[in-house]
Amino acid sequence: MPYIPHTEEDIGKILEAAGASSIDDALSALPANLRSRKPLDVPAGLSEQELLGHLKQLGSRNSTVEDYSSFLGGGAYNHYIPAIVDSLISRSEFYTSYTPYQPELSQGTLQAIFEYQTLVCQLTGMDVSNASLYDGATAVAEAVLMARRITGRNGIVLSAALHPEYRDTVRTYLSGTGDHLSEAAFSAGTGTTLAETIENAIDGDTACVVVQHPNFFGCIEDVGALAEIVHKKGALLIVAVSEAVSLGLLKPPGEMGADIAVGENQSFGNPLSYGGPYLGFMATRTEFVRQMPGRIVGQTVDKNGRRAFCLTFSTREQHIRRERATSNICTNHGLSALAASIHLAALGGVGLKRLAGLNLSKAEYLKKKLVEAGAEPAWSVPTFNEFTVKVRKDPEEVLEKLLLKKIIGGIPLKRFYPALDRHILVAATEMNSKEEIDRFASELKSV
Amino acid sequence: MEFPKDLKYTKEHEWVKVEGKIATIGITDYAQDSLGDVVYVELPPEGGSVTKHEPFGVVESVKAVSDLYSPVSGSVTEVNDAIIDSPEAINEDPYGDAWMIKVEIAGQSELDDLLTADEYQKFIEEEK
Repeated sequence: MPYIPHTEEDIGKILEAAGASSIDDALSALPANLRSRKPLDVPAGLSEQELLGHLKQLGSRNSTVEDYSSFLGGGAYNHYIPAIVDSLISRSEFYTSYTPYQPELSQGTLQAIFEYQTLVCQLTGMDVSNASLYDGATAVAEAVLMARRITGRNGIVLSAALHPEYRDTVRTYLSGTGDHLSEAAFSAGTGTTLAETIENAIDGDTACVVVQHPNFFGCIEDVGALAEIVHKKGALLIVAVSEAVSLGLLKPPGEMGADIAVGENQSFGNPLSYGGPYLGFMATRTEFVRQMPGRIVGQTVDKNGRRAFCLTFSTREQHIRRERATSNICTNHGLSALAASIHLAALGGVGLKRLAGLNLSKAEYLKKKLVEAGAEPAWSVPTFNEFTVKVRKDPEEVLEKLLLKKIIGGIPLKRFYPALDRHILVAATEMNSKEEIDRFASELKSV
Repeated sequence: MEFPKDLKYTKEHEWVKVEGKIATIGITDYAQDSLGDVVYVELPPEGGSVTKHEPFGVVESVKAVSDLYSPVSGSVTEVNDAIIDSPEAINEDPYGDAWMIKVEIAGQSELDDLLTADEYQKFIEEEK
């Protein structure tokens, strides 16, 4: 069916078939007071040429990481996207694909998702992954609900060093379920989650504890020690990762005792794109697979013994289980997941390690230069590609001045943590050149 | 299709074998046949309690998931762990090896509305 609006002739035929004399007559079932009498307030159509010009003009009002030196992280990271990613995801078989319910028609889509799941398992050191979720924040919230189902307990303990917006999303998900939410303070001395506050926060009704690694301040957490405390009390440990590139260097959550690993895979193949669409991941141990939300693709064989892929454990999902489904999320971010898979495949294991190493060394160099410029590292624990510094003047003012120099210097933390009123969260990736970093430091000095 | 005479039945397709105060519970031949290949079963913990007409577990086949409704109220004295590891037994021997739980019945009146084999057979004929 072509997308062409009805001609007068079409309308005449439709009205005749409906036995109505006019459109008004056809709509006479609608009470007159509910019907708008005004014509729609839509501007006149534009030609293709005019429209392109208009969009370009709108686009030029944006400031992007191409026009500015950006040192922003906080859950969204500016990484290089190899040309192969866009080239391959632009194939219509991928970007127009529909839900792969019919495996005989969807082997390509299903295999792509299966490969993504395999990569997520390798990254996280877990047994099984789902086909992806909306973003890091909803993945954390879904993991919390999953932990409740597994343990039959209600209590949720969130580390205060978990991304504030992830915590807000969990709160939204839990509203109306009696909440049972508590937050465990982080150490003002180290910028990491305090083991004893976690221990004290867990009681007999605690389903899970959520920690972020590296945490929101960029600090590396002692996940192994936290896992021991959590497991001793019969609760589950959820480890959230907002910068997945860190998994190229850090021990994976699965090796440190995480029961569910969740987070954000935007760093792989997905542009910053003004905050979305992003790419939530979730992986867990085999024994919990039936409680995992979202789609899962499995590998099997057809009746002739040939390898085939299909959606599996579908009985968890709402098209079969209705109100008893594990989640009302039954979709995935297929194209974003494919972009991540292609980026990871292009990097390979060695490439990912090198990329992570590059991020670490850029951030360490930036740290050194900012300290020379008079900033003070907030804490001394190891960090990955993001860290927190204290500045001498009001951070808002400092950042404002840097912005005039085309430098986006970071995120002032006061908005989320009133006590951190001199603190800025700063990130560096492979995209930040040495010259850029040097310029940032010298401008900071003169602010 | 078998409907042993010594058992009682429910409209949710569970069977009950009453021996003194203990009721052994499973799903019927008709239920396993309707479900198809059973791949997973979830049962309550030993020592837990079950309530008449309320779900006590889940049985999952390749094409559907069904709740298991308890025919009686009482406390769970025994759980058949063997079928958790080999749920296919539910298809192979629903009245024997694949019993699910044993319950100490809260009161004899619990058994009043259970169906006989003939009544149950008649009920599923009407269902079809």
